[in-house]
Amino acid sequence: MKTPIYLDNHATTRVDPRVLQAMLPYFTEHFGNAASRNHMFGWEAEVAVDKGRQQIADLIGATPKEIIFTSGATESNNLAIKGVAEMYANKGNHIITQATEHKAVLDTCKKLEKHGARVTYLAVKQDGLIDLDQLREAITDKTILVSIMYANNEIGVVQPIAEIGKICKEKGILFHTDAVQACGKIPVNVIADNVDLLSMSAHKMYGPKGVGALYVRRKSPRVQLTAQIDGGGHERGMRSGTLNVTGIVGLGEACALCKSEMAEESVRLRGLRDRLKDKLVSELDEIYINGSMEHRLPNNLNISFAYVEGESLLMGINEIAVSSGSACTSATLEPSYVLKALGVGDEIAHSSIRFGIGRFNTVDDVDYVAERLISVVRKLRELSPLYEMAKEGIDLSKIQWAVD
Amino acid sequence: MAYSDKVLDHYNNPRNVGSLDKADPNVGTGMVGAPECGDVMKLQIRVNEETGIIDDAKFKTFGCGSAIASSSLATEWLKGKTVDEALQIKNTEIVNELSLPPVKIHCSVLAEDAIKAAIKDYKTKKGVPVPETVSSHA
Repeated sequence: MKTPIYLDNHATTRVDPRVLQAMLPYFTEHFGNAASRNHMFGWEAEVAVDKGRQQIADLIGATPKEIIFTSGATESNNLAIKGVAEMYANKGNHIITQATEHKAVLDTCKKLEKHGARVTYLAVKQDGLIDLDQLREAITDKTILVSIMYANNEIGVVQPIAEIGKICKEKGILFHTDAVQACGKIPVNVIADNVDLLSMSAHKMYGPKGVGALYVRRKSPRVQLTAQIDGGGHERGMRSGTLNVTGIVGLGEACALCKSEMAEESVRLRGLRDRLKDKLVSELDEIYINGSMEHRLPNNLNISFAYVEGESLLMGINEIAVSSGSACTSATLEPSYVLKALGVGDEIAHSSIRFGIGRFNTVDDVDYVAERLISVVRKLRELSPLYEMAKEGIDLSKIQWAVD
Repeated sequence: MAYSDKVLDHYNNPRNVGSLDKADPNVGTGMVGAPECGDVMKLQIRVNEETGIIDDAKFKTFGCGSAIASSSLATEWLKGKTVDEALQIKNTEIVNELSLPPVKIHCSVLAEDAIKAAIKDYKTKKGVPVPETVSSHA
């Protein structure tokens, strides 16, 4: 078995060799600036950018003119939310989002709150999905934007995007979705889903880091944004800055590959994911799957191994790259806010492991990971006073813990 | 994060894992931490009635590698000490021995608390008055 094994494909993905091959000439012989209109170096770059724009648009059912290039999804989310808040300030100041969004959305909303916006953070149900009735009830005549992610980066739960889009359209409210984890993994169509703004990133879909896109609808309605970066007026004035031609070529190629291979690839990844899940479930007691299995990305698994702390588990499988919702593995020393939002208790967050299966994983990888996890979980449960107490029939929730 | 060799050694080969009989009058049990905080340590000592020396110590820990290592090390240090000597073990000594980084100091604090809690339980069983301990954590 070749180790280390990378099973953290929600964090980032390896660049597909075909993507790299497409990019390479644009570092050297075709290095032009796509904004240079008066010589062939610029024209070559522009042709490459146009091709990339088309490939990206094709993946999500958009037209090329609706694609705005950015440095990645964090910037796309910032531009979408701040750009709408600023542009439509005279219409209203209320934004609706939800508790398990990525920090790029949550922190952007918090920043806007400091500047007078009102933000509603919808709770999620225990399966990770929002309640559409709560969304309807949250809408006021001041609501200008709803921002709900397509698929969650920790638990892979896929929100009812088409239904949300329909509600927003009926009410005449703009709808933004952070589709970083969904694009290239499951079918995404901005027309069918009634999406007005959509964020995506290349490095989550086997493209390079540092490039992303924001889809901005041009027809019914024509969405306008206030630019957040000013300069040469690139990208229809919405995002200035010399285009990252190599990155755009990479993002375009990544989209084209995902589009042509998605049907087959999603079946294969789902098979690997379910194989991993079935092995763990059959060998270990008291393990809990976080989030809906029904409404979920095919490549995601998020499991809590009760009575075992996440960081100690990662330490035991250090030849395998996965991530944990444990506080000890986060920069903030807080357990995952996404898992907390499910209302399953902090101890479940501390015991959680996120698996993101990707294009380059094999059956052997999954089998090896399952085997190692089973053995380390068993070892750590031997060490766990909580497991011992649970086996003695003690209800841990009834104990008065001495918390500092 | 990179772990020190000593933390890795205790994690891979934890010393004195297990449980002593809670009902034994010579056994003191300390349980500190909370599951929702991500750390629970159970530490037990058994004191030889004649010599007053801790002749066995066991632990079980739910927590990160540094928490496991801190409690494993604590059990090693407890054996052979008298109860009063055991009370002198400071979390800073655990930090130094395991080269714990600042974010892991709370693991050593928890281990010191577990030692104190086990001794308090032992003394209570023996009818020795237990003064409220003044925290001396670094």
